[in-house]
Amino acid sequence: MREKILSIIEKNAKLPVEDLAALLGEDPEQVGAEIKAMEEEGVICAYHTLINWDSTQDERVDALIEVKVTPQRGMGFDSIAERIYQYEEVDALYLMSGAFDFTVIVKGRTMKEVANFVSMKLGPMESVLSTATHFVLKRYKDHGTKLVAPKKDERMQVSP
Amino acid sequence: MSENKEQQRNSPRELNPAIVNIRPSGIRKFFDIVSEMKDAISLGVGEPDFDTPWHIREEGIHSLEKGRTFYSSNAGLLELREAISDYVAEKHQVQYDPKNEVMVTVGGSEAIDLAMRVILEPGDEVLIPEPCYVSYTPCVKMAYGIPVPIALEAKDQFRLTKEKLEQAITEKTKILVLPFPNNPTGGIMEKEDLEEIVPLILKHNLYVLTDEIYSALCYKGEHHSIIEFPGMRERTVYINGFSKAYAMTGWRLGYACSAAPILKQMLKLHQYAIMCAPTTSQYSAVQAIRNGEEDVLRMRDAYNERRRLLLYHFQKMGLDCFEPFGAFYVFPCIKKFGLSSEEFAERLLREEKVAVVPGNAFGDSGEGFIRISYAYSIENLKLALERIERFVKKLQESNHGLV
Repeated sequence: MREKILSIIEKNAKLPVEDLAALLGEDPEQVGAEIKAMEEEGVICAYHTLINWDSTQDERVDALIEVKVTPQRGMGFDSIAERIYQYEEVDALYLMSGAFDFTVIVKGRTMKEVANFVSMKLGPMESVLSTATHFVLKRYKDHGTKLVAPKKDERMQVSP
Repeated sequence: MSENKEQQRNSPRELNPAIVNIRPSGIRKFFDIVSEMKDAISLGVGEPDFDTPWHIREEGIHSLEKGRTFYSSNAGLLELREAISDYVAEKHQVQYDPKNEVMVTVGGSEAIDLAMRVILEPGDEVLIPEPCYVSYTPCVKMAYGIPVPIALEAKDQFRLTKEKLEQAITEKTKILVLPFPNNPTGGIMEKEDLEEIVPLILKHNLYVLTDEIYSALCYKGEHHSIIEFPGMRERTVYINGFSKAYAMTGWRLGYACSAAPILKQMLKLHQYAIMCAPTTSQYSAVQAIRNGEEDVLRMRDAYNERRRLLLYHFQKMGLDCFEPFGAFYVFPCIKKFGLSSEEFAERLLREEKVAVVPGNAFGDSGEGFIRISYAYSIENLKLALERIERFVKKLQESNHGLV
């Protein structure tokens, strides 16, 4: 049941428990209890809203920064990661396989703000060897949702 | 005077009354009302809301890029017929020879028309379980046959029972149409239900036209076909297609499988009337049927969730509805509100701006019901449900007021 609940609320967190239970064919109380348990266990971590900021007046920039580091003795990458993700500007942080070590996704109000973060905070960190900053120019799809040209129902309104 | 005569001679002669007298589809009429209303929420469509999966569309695009824009053989690409043959064999353990017993048509609809014209002689009767899809009756008439409706009932979950079938058979009966999983009721025929009617079909030496276009959308066990039963393959035209399973309505691609003697004649009609189904669609269809099963299951699960959601809310608001296990329709009964199907649908549209299709558009026995399609997003359905609930409440209150 957990997987079924998750696969639905991953796409739609706003569905009332009653409806969620109805469409899964499960008991509402059980579904409610299961969700609560998953929240407590950290399976469900947070509920966010996917916003297309490009459609608002608000100007924002997102950057994806590739970071190479020297892992620290005994701690591997985790302690460096912790020092990076504590910054509020950091939206996401992933350890990567391949040519660099971390992907840092940074959300800033301006390009200057992001540049400052890289040059003043991330770059000077002791174990950071190099950074490469890429700015997002346009978002087409995020979290499985297309952000450009919202889809219109082009079917005939009534058909046999 | 002479001028008048001249005029008479030049006025167009009468058209074929066999065609002119066929009633236009009841859905058409309702469509005209709905299309005046720009902001209505529609639950009236008979096609999936999903886009054709990208890998299938991509295959069509690729075929265009490669310039594969020629006719295919009349029966369709052999590659596609082989894939269809494999698919039917896997689903039903029945073998059709891709060279002589499978043909690709312009939608399942074409196959219905071909089968009727090949099998029927003037005056032959065709048994049509109703409510059902709108084209069987006209196709029978176009083939100079006589359509004989069998009124199915909600108390049987709109299944065709042995008793109803037996009552309808006469000496002139030549074809039985089996439209399951059913549009508009969502009713299905389970294996036991089919088993019951097979002896009657054999006893009366009937042909069967089984329209299984919704076969992939069955929410109770596996879908079964009449062709699985001994003695049925020789007398059955099995019709299916890509529209509903793979969300490919606009590609216009269906197919028919049947014993060679029947199929040969159907192919002849198709050859002269159609030539061949669109080649681009056929290339996409190969991709769909060979690699589309996962998409089918994904869409089926989504439909099933919506189906359960609707049933739950209908029950809650006091709208009577049997549990349908097929296609993407629910068929609630509205008799207790004292309105006809058309009155109910029209008022729901004008007062709450929700479009549904009156049940009688699918045959007289659909009177007292409305067809609601759940080929819509959950958000859309929720919005519509709120409005339907408000409408139903209003009707209930005004009914109580009368008492």
